[in-house]
Amino acid sequence: MATAGLNIYHLARLQAVSPDWPGGFWWHWLFFTVVIIGFVLTMVMGVIYIERRGMGRMQSRLGPNRTGPFGLLQPVADAVKVLLKENIVPAAADKLVHWLAPVIAFAPALMLFAVIPFENGALLADLNIGILYVIAISSVSTVGIFMAGWGSSNKYSLLGAMRNVAAIVSYEIPMVLAIVGVVLIAGSLSLNDIVVAQNVPFILLQPLGFLLFFAAGCAEINRSPFDLMEADSELVAGFHTEYSGMKFAMFYLVEYAEAVAISAIIATLFLGGWKGPILPPWLWFVVKIILVFFAMVWTRTTLPRIRIDQLMAFAWKFLFPMSLLNMFITALQVLAGWPTELVWVMIIVNIAVMAILVLVWSRFFFRLGGGRVEI
Amino acid sequence: MKFERYGIGIAKGLTVTIKHLFRHPTVSQYPEQRLNISRRFRGNELIWNQEKCTGCGTCAKTCPQGAIEIITSTDMAENKYVVEKYEADTGYCIQCGLCIESCPYEALYFSHNFECAKYRRGELVQGKEEMLETPERKVSGYFYPDKAEKLPKQTLLIEKVTEKR
Ligand code: SF4
Ligand code: SF4
Repeated sequence: MATAGLNIYHLARLQAVSPDWPGGFWWHWLFFTVVIIGFVLTMVMGVIYIERRGMGRMQSRLGPNRTGPFGLLQPVADAVKVLLKENIVPAAADKLVHWLAPVIAFAPALMLFAVIPFENGALLADLNIGILYVIAISSVSTVGIFMAGWGSSNKYSLLGAMRNVAAIVSYEIPMVLAIVGVVLIAGSLSLNDIVVAQNVPFILLQPLGFLLFFAAGCAEINRSPFDLMEADSELVAGFHTEYSGMKFAMFYLVEYAEAVAISAIIATLFLGGWKGPILPPWLWFVVKIILVFFAMVWTRTTLPRIRIDQLMAFAWKFLFPMSLLNMFITALQVLAGWPTELVWVMIIVNIAVMAILVLVWSRFFFRLGGGRVEI
Repeated sequence: MKFERYGIGIAKGLTVTIKHLFRHPTVSQYPEQRLNISRRFRGNELIWNQEKCTGCGTCAKTCPQGAIEIITSTDMAENKYVVEKYEADTGYCIQCGLCIESCPYEALYFSHNFECAKYRRGELVQGKEEMLETPERKVSGYFYPDKAEKLPKQTLLIEKVTEKR
């Protein structure tokens, strides 16, 4: 373990220095840590505002509009309110676990941003295994959520936490396999190299991969329609039923920080990250994050929550085989050299492949419960 | 072969929500923007006309809730009843309208006012002075079509929502 850790550290040091960025100094790490924390917190505020106002308008409401101009200060007001609330810990709770859970859930959401490039080479650590790091770190927050469910000693919390673990274990697989397609085309696991390789945004080369990753990503961070772990109508609030005050605020922050992180990863992998004309790269990146997040809000408003059996069936009987097929098709195309020579052919072929695969698979192969209804 | 199952249904749903994003919202921001309520609104208060009332007590008798209390004395010189106390307990009133319909002298009306929430039960009892018609306590058109005509037409939607903040 120790040597592996050391290796990653060395690689990080080697890769962090990019041609036009003065990395490799101690202030590089300090600067980016501060930038990332500030970035995540401001993005979370903005994103909460977008979600509440956007969702309101989609549901023919106005959304919060009283605090500050256009209701822009609503997240601030919420934060102040939540911080002033009493901190209640259930008598039967496992105090230490209950206290640690929000911290453990929050750390990975921040750590994810360490490998996400804001500009060419402008990132905390340009790991050459960036994607692997993302996958590994993002599942750590499940531990925090499971601790929350366990520590609360409440059956609904535990049920929510168990559902979350089940969902993450299942959805991690199609998610990784969907990423493999991107990695094959880019030929690198480093997020910065993947962005550099995107002359055409990979959403065009990998339309199916994008859809799979989007669905799996939404399920991974438990956003509607996959929000079974906090299904308010069944489980009160799932794993954070017993949380209040500051700790609840932490979980609220985790939810949106993870949403921002997944949006950032999707923007980096499929939408060309910081690449774009005219505007400065970091602005392009923010715009793309917000676009992806808006798509999440859009699906959240539209789709009803799915059942737990549908959740599992969707992961194992639809996303998993589709991502395998996607991986094989992409591998064949890469072997034939399409991504470099026949880009436009590849785009058209892949969009057609996506349409045919989705139709055929859902028509002939996708069944809930093997076609039987069991009670 | 029906395509509804293969993602078309989801696409349809998505177009519905995106259309609503660009429509104007169907809400009113209550304290600043109000919809006009029905002209025949059975208000939460009663309005009583002191001049017309003869103190016959029909309203109190007909009330199924016993919400109206009326005490009269006789004025021998004028040869008529004097209403000493007239009280309606709006906490008991079920807004059935029987008292208004039964009043032979058209002295009792519903009010067109719906913001009658109070902090104490005792405040729900309307005394004589709180039953008179004032600019704030308008008479509703219930049972009196001629009065209904003078009230503004009911609105169901605010046509253009301008955000108040
Ligand atoms: S409306 Fe009905 S319940 Fe209310 S005071 Fe008149 S008769 Fe009584
Ligand atoms: S029925 Fe009419 S006139 Fe008779 S007491 Fe009641 S309000 Fe007065």
